[in-house]
Amino acid sequence: MSGPMVAVQMTVNGEPVAVATVVERTLLDVLRDDLGLTGTKNGCGMGACGACNVLIDGVAHRACLSLAVTVAGRSVTTVEGLAEGGQPSVVQQAFLDAGAIQCGFCMPGMIVSATELLANNPRPSREEIRVGLSGNLCRCSGYVKVVEAVELAARRLPAR
Amino acid sequence: MNALDPLLTKTVGGSVGQTMSRLEAWEKACGAAVYTGDMVLPGLLHGAVLTSPHPHARIRGYDLTAALALPGVKAIITGDDVEDRYMGLCVKDETVLARHKVRYIGEIVAAVAATTPEIARAAADLIRVDYEELPAVFTVEDAMAPGAPVLHEAFDAYAKIYDASTRTAPNELSNSRLVKGDVAAGFARSDVVVERVYETSAQYHAYLEPSVALASVDGRGKVTVWSSTQSVFRTQANLNECLGIPMAKIRCIAPRIGGGFGGKSESMVQPLAVALALKSGRPVRVVLSREEDMVTQRARHPARIRVKTGALADGSLVAREVEAWFDGGAYADDSPAVMNFALFFAAGPYRFDDVDIRGHAVYTNKLRSGAFRGFGNPQATFAGECQIDEVAEALGMDPVALRLKNLIEPGDRWIGGQVITNSGLRESLEAVVRESRWHERKTAAKAAPVPAASASGTRRGLGVALTAHVCGFLSTGAVVRLAQDGSIALNTGAVDLGQGSDTVLAQMCAGALGLTVDDINVVAPDTDASPYNSGTNCSRVTYMVGRAVSIAAESVRAQMAALAAGMLDCPEEEVELREGGLMGVRGGNRTVTFAQIAAKSLWFADGGGPVIGAGSVMHNEPLDPKHTLLSGMVSFDNVGAFVFGAQVADVEIDEVTGKVEVKEAWCAHDVGRAINPGAVEGQIQGGFVQGLGWALTEEMVWDGGRLANPTFHDYKLPSTLDVPHDIHAIVLEVPEPSHPFGAKGIGEPPLVGAGAVIANAVAAAAPRVRKLPILPERMLRALRFGEDGVGG
Repeated sequence: MSGPMVAVQMTVNGEPVAVATVVERTLLDVLRDDLGLTGTKNGCGMGACGACNVLIDGVAHRACLSLAVTVAGRSVTTVEGLAEGGQPSVVQQAFLDAGAIQCGFCMPGMIVSATELLANNPRPSREEIRVGLSGNLCRCSGYVKVVEAVELAARRLPAR
Repeated sequence: MNALDPLLTKTVGGSVGQTMSRLEAWEKACGAAVYTGDMVLPGLLHGAVLTSPHPHARIRGYDLTAALALPGVKAIITGDDVEDRYMGLCVKDETVLARHKVRYIGEIVAAVAATTPEIARAAADLIRVDYEELPAVFTVEDAMAPGAPVLHEAFDAYAKIYDASTRTAPNELSNSRLVKGDVAAGFARSDVVVERVYETSAQYHAYLEPSVALASVDGRGKVTVWSSTQSVFRTQANLNECLGIPMAKIRCIAPRIGGGFGGKSESMVQPLAVALALKSGRPVRVVLSREEDMVTQRARHPARIRVKTGALADGSLVAREVEAWFDGGAYADDSPAVMNFALFFAAGPYRFDDVDIRGHAVYTNKLRSGAFRGFGNPQATFAGECQIDEVAEALGMDPVALRLKNLIEPGDRWIGGQVITNSGLRESLEAVVRESRWHERKTAAKAAPVPAASASGTRRGLGVALTAHVCGFLSTGAVVRLAQDGSIALNTGAVDLGQGSDTVLAQMCAGALGLTVDDINVVAPDTDASPYNSGTNCSRVTYMVGRAVSIAAESVRAQMAALAAGMLDCPEEEVELREGGLMGVRGGNRTVTFAQIAAKSLWFADGGGPVIGAGSVMHNEPLDPKHTLLSGMVSFDNVGAFVFGAQVADVEIDEVTGKVEVKEAWCAHDVGRAINPGAVEGQIQGGFVQGLGWALTEEMVWDGGRLANPTFHDYKLPSTLDVPHDIHAIVLEVPEPSHPFGAKGIGEPPLVGAGAVIANAVAAAAPRVRKLPILPERMLRALRFGEDGVGG
């Protein structure tokens, strides 16, 4: 990669950050290599598996398909930014309690997707959960406990 | 389940038998868990690989000029940098990277270390390799044909762990046979004989974390390697063999692992990272892209299995003949062992008098096949359990009734001669039949048979399959140490791939010492510090390592009891272990804490020094050559404990698209005892779904020698929408006497039955498909033309 460095300012997990990057670099690389936020994983590098999902202004995106420069001025939330006051978020706690986590490599993206799903639809049906998580591949769980985790989180979230 | 069984109630600490969250679950949920690819070291270089474009070619030379001229390139290795040093579990036939020849498209021929991943990639693409193309073979039939091009001219000189003298062709790497009784006589007295061929395809492990290794060399030439591996000791052995580095100068560490499923059992990119670190003098990380991982690493063996079964009119099974062909790809890896394991299960959990089972593992110019959850047994079980249904149909019997009549029972002997000591097989079958309402559904289906073209455009079918597997194999150790504050350090060298073994081992150690898992420090696997563990394979960690942990913990308990006796001024026999890190006098209220005992051992002249317990286990069950004749096999003296189960699946077939969907599944498995029941359910559901993918959608497709679908877009893994939510994990507990807590392994069995149970469910409603995966096009060809998919 070559070409001029571009200064990019954005908000990551609530904090303003400034990075300089070439245009071709992905948000995934900037998060992992420049900002040290290695929770977001590279499972396929082409947007198929969802392990790199992050929220950009509250909407789940593939960080491996998002160029860092396109995020300028926007707010990014990674798995590291989901905990509230050092405590697990309702969704994270539900994933722990449901026993949904095995190897954990897909989990940052999965939990980000579940967080987005419940933010938009706090009382999803099982089918809506299955559709909402269908862009996140998990090779360990068979998805049963993952879906149950989201159902558990939905029960615990305050009604809006 | 017998609640009064002592093995089911034996626990001093509270958590054995209780569902608990994995010890590392929170760090995984918050993004803090450190996998190899997350680690950096000062001066880190990044690796990139160049792969072969040819399936079979001689390497005449390399031109590295342009690559070396690129600023930032620090080291390049090719076959010229390595010696003729070979590694491999069964046959030592692999070098660090291709040397002299390439044998499949995707074989790694060169690797670069540079200051950035982008420079390394660009440099790798600038390397020129001069190839002399050779004829190649892509199928077992072509590889076995007279005059076929030979992949490994030096095969006879390779070191092997089995008798290869039974081979019949240069590309046949293993030819094995198990014989019991007289099958010809058995078929002669049978009333019904069914003979069919079944085929399965290559499946990619698709662990979410691709191959990765980070290597560093210290000032004394000692190499440290962090990598995604199923065994730090196998990684160390492979590095020792292929690079000639003494083990005293190789330290292998496993951080968090993003899944393995067998694919990370043997060498991956660790030798490349080490060779580049040695050549550059700087730390090097090699991480493969998903496509590189799919093209360069390994797969489940494609198999072609001919099965012939004879039965009497009353449903008694008599004779079983099997001939299996396993496509091993370009390097042996675990192929002979995988193929032998398939043979071991090819007669299923049934009482056959006469058995003749033969298998071949064959080299072809494709990606190597290797260990993959089930280790050959899923292929054998697919063929065998499909055939049981076909025998039932020929006899006009219910498939459940035929199975119940012929089940192997405690006291019976397996085809290797091993005695079945206990079994939850019958209970498993009864459980899935009951829970799925098998008989009610079958009666209803019979009352309303499927017309040639149903009104709804869909058909439903219910199928059943049994699973037999073994947990165990190979050697393992554990070291348990008492720390100064009374806590415990547990060190086993067993890698947790995500299945939860760290937690289960901690539960057992805590249980043995009256502690909670919070009192147990589970030490990360590290060849510098951990006792030997052959690996996280063969569903073996809970069963084998659990036994070693128990021995080591008991040693610690005994040493502490001796110290406590002196401190409490009572005879040692009167000292008892109490919950919460205490030892007391039986019948009295005087106690000492583990911390006080530790202080005694460490600081007082009569304390005897640190309290350290060690346990070593090797399952040893000699075979009886009078029972079964074995030839060309790897050792089956130490298989372990049998794990039985049964599965039922309910499928829907779309008559228009050919798509098969599993609507519901029931999986009953006898786990001996569930140490962590929630984790067992996760293994059952996850294993079944991995098998569902193999059965319905996952197929590595080769166009000649080129993998045509090396991405997650083109290789179809099951997503949430492709699997049923109702996968009923039925955890049966028939305690295993050889394990301190009665536990057995459950990592593989849930996958073993999945292909068969789904195929049998399909066949209950449509013409039988005898090739996996049952893709929509195969299903449609079966519906339209009655084609079973074999050979296609």
